[in-house]
Amino acid sequence: MCLAIPVQITAIDEQQMATVTLGGVERHISLIMTPEAQVGDYVLVHTGYAIAVLDPDEAQASLEAFATLAAIQEELEPCADEIY
Amino acid sequence: MADQILLAHGSGGVLSHELVRDVFVRYFSNPWLDDLGDAAVLDALPPGRLALTTDSYVVQPLFFPGGDIGKLAVCGTVNDLAVAGARPLYLTAGFILEEGLPLETLERVVASMAETTRAAGVAIVTGDTKVVNHGAADGLFINTAGVGVVPPGVALSPAHLQPGDALLVNGPVGDHGLAVMLQREGMGFASTLQSDVAPLHGLIAALLDAVPGQVRCLRDATRGGLASVLNEWTSQIGIEIEEAAIPVREEVRAACEFLGLDPLYAANEGKVVIAVAQAAADVALATLRAHPLGRDAARIGRVTSEHAGRVVLRTLYGARRIIPMLTGAQLPRIC
Amino acid sequence: MKFIDEFRDPALARKLVAQIHHDAARRAASHPIRLMEFCGGHTHAISRFGLRELLTPAVELRSGPGCPVCVTAAADLDRAIALADAPGVILATFGDMVRVPGSRRQTLQAAAARGADIRIVYSPLDALDIARQQPQREVVFLGVGFETTAPGIAAALLQAETEGTPNFSVLSLHKLTPPAMRAILEAGEVALEGIIGPGHVSAVIGSAAWEFLPREYAIPCAVAGFEPLDILSAIGALVQAVVAGEPAVVNTYARGVRAEGNPVAQQLLARVFEVGPADWRGFGAIANSGLTLRESFAHRDAARLFPVEVASTPEPPGCRCGDVLRGVIAPTGCALFRRVCSPRNPIGPCMVSAEGACAAYFQYERWNVETFERSNVSTGA
Repeated sequence: MCLAIPVQITAIDEQQMATVTLGGVERHISLIMTPEAQVGDYVLVHTGYAIAVLDPDEAQASLEAFATLAAIQEELEPCADEIY
Repeated sequence: MADQILLAHGSGGVLSHELVRDVFVRYFSNPWLDDLGDAAVLDALPPGRLALTTDSYVVQPLFFPGGDIGKLAVCGTVNDLAVAGARPLYLTAGFILEEGLPLETLERVVASMAETTRAAGVAIVTGDTKVVNHGAADGLFINTAGVGVVPPGVALSPAHLQPGDALLVNGPVGDHGLAVMLQREGMGFASTLQSDVAPLHGLIAALLDAVPGQVRCLRDATRGGLASVLNEWTSQIGIEIEEAAIPVREEVRAACEFLGLDPLYAANEGKVVIAVAQAAADVALATLRAHPLGRDAARIGRVTSEHAGRVVLRTLYGARRIIPMLTGAQLPRIC
Repeated sequence: MKFIDEFRDPALARKLVAQIHHDAARRAASHPIRLMEFCGGHTHAISRFGLRELLTPAVELRSGPGCPVCVTAAADLDRAIALADAPGVILATFGDMVRVPGSRRQTLQAAAARGADIRIVYSPLDALDIARQQPQREVVFLGVGFETTAPGIAAALLQAETEGTPNFSVLSLHKLTPPAMRAILEAGEVALEGIIGPGHVSAVIGSAAWEFLPREYAIPCAVAGFEPLDILSAIGALVQAVVAGEPAVVNTYARGVRAEGNPVAQQLLARVFEVGPADWRGFGAIANSGLTLRESFAHRDAARLFPVEVASTPEPPGCRCGDVLRGVIAPTGCALFRRVCSPRNPIGPCMVSAEGACAAYFQYERWNVETFERSNVSTGA
């Protein structure tokens, strides 16, 4: 369940409502659950509420881990790139 | 005149005549309509086979980014003729109006229809108006029928599809469906996404001229989206499309992410799916891209003899999955 | 789109899949590693991106009950339909619920067709807007969803209180996920070696909420996001844990999930809801698995404001949604699947919900191409 998507905050008003944008589509959402969020942050939005602030360092770390894995695989089995 | 539609406007009396004269004839004016005969008599039709189509338009909201029900009513019928290979010529326009509809709303719609017919080079030559009780018509409904002529030598049909044929689309899919969805009450989104509603006969005529005899069939991908059109073509043959090749605007992708929708099933009002002989595909694509309504045309797949009756999508990951026909409208989801 | 496109990279996906097969081959047993993806959103993503096919035969995935629409009891849905039919009521709901059949095949969609005022909204805040704009009508929000969704409903109720909008109430059918996970393991009907944990639920309740799985059941849990690389890396982590015999909770969605979750969201839940029993379609009653409105919100509790009698009726004969939801069978194990039950003619909720396992299988995997060519079955729907 739980379609929550990563969107960037472009503005915040006094009522803890933020304007967020994804790919040119904008919405007002509530930051009541993520009071620490700032303009420029990315948040996970579900049903009009931000439920978490995304940590770009963690995201980068995950992607780097995947890339490292890929590099290790290449070294060990350079001919074994399965085609699916 | 009154500032809203009354039941009497549909009853054939004085108010009806005033409405026809002051709104419909005023905006649509052409020699056939101005005569106001019970039927429009059309002569000097170009040589070829007669094509006839009809559609009713009940879209809500009446005005949406990029268009309105009037523009839709003209383009939809023009496009149905165009994908049959016909040159669209004459349209009818039947209106069912809800009692209480502001006259200003009707005029906006009619003005839009007039502008669209002028741009498309067609004429609304006859029509009808009825008024129903408040609550029975969602504002207004429009029916348009269209007459066109298919030039000699042009014969388009899914029966002509052959394994190896290339499948093209003239641009990104899902614009109309998502533009309308985002504007619905309860959705609260803002975007610059516009409906792609447009008359396609100029684009199609250019295509048919560039690769004569090589286009197997055409279909406009309206409700049900690209996926439904492709499914309609499979019975003796199969279709395979590449997920990576299907053009989708970033805003449509984003809106689909928000609402849990699939752009393959979202409505279009200015997109045509083209099946063309493989040898002619490159020229066909170049022709589309040279036209304003085909700048982002793309090759999306091919006809195949495998899995007859099925549309199969090759995903970004190389796996293949069936693309079935849509059952019921796509609804936004949170899960 | 940032945080989306990078996590869909096909080249990296291929590498993760290769690693999964490589690791799985190292174990002695020859049967596939059976994992449960608890969350319906994962079922949907796995099917949509074609991941299931890529993981065979090393890994077998069983869908769980994490589809709040699918596990809404028929009687509760009947209650919602009755509310929608009540004069003066506007029923606001997420789109997911609209086509789900209650008892006697009734749906909200059918109720709308006969004149019930039902509005599909994206957010409970949109429903609150409607209440403000229509002060003479009662807006009842159909509260379906797990711990990801319930805090938003709690916040909307608190906002209604603060701003003084009296005509907004909620029918709370919200449920909690760890008790359902426990119930599946306690029932022992299906042998699972690992759990793909719900990423967005965990953003709220924390990855630590799943520690009971390795601790009490010796089963690893990988909390996963919903992009293909997220799901594949979670499965990869589970395969490694299974092969090494070292069950633990692994948070592979660290960019959005913290061990402690979101304390503000948890406080919203605690202020507005209390925990009680709930009826899960396919399970029956599970203790301490439902959220009901606290006494202090009785004036906004649609269940109290509009009590309706609903007769309980048995599930349609042959419907095995319950077995599918408990992971006992895959949809293909149900005799009605695609022979009678299809999206056009859904018998049970698993086929109606976009993320129900049966809908996902029917939509995306009913016939992967090889199967289709071998079986050569003519289309039924």
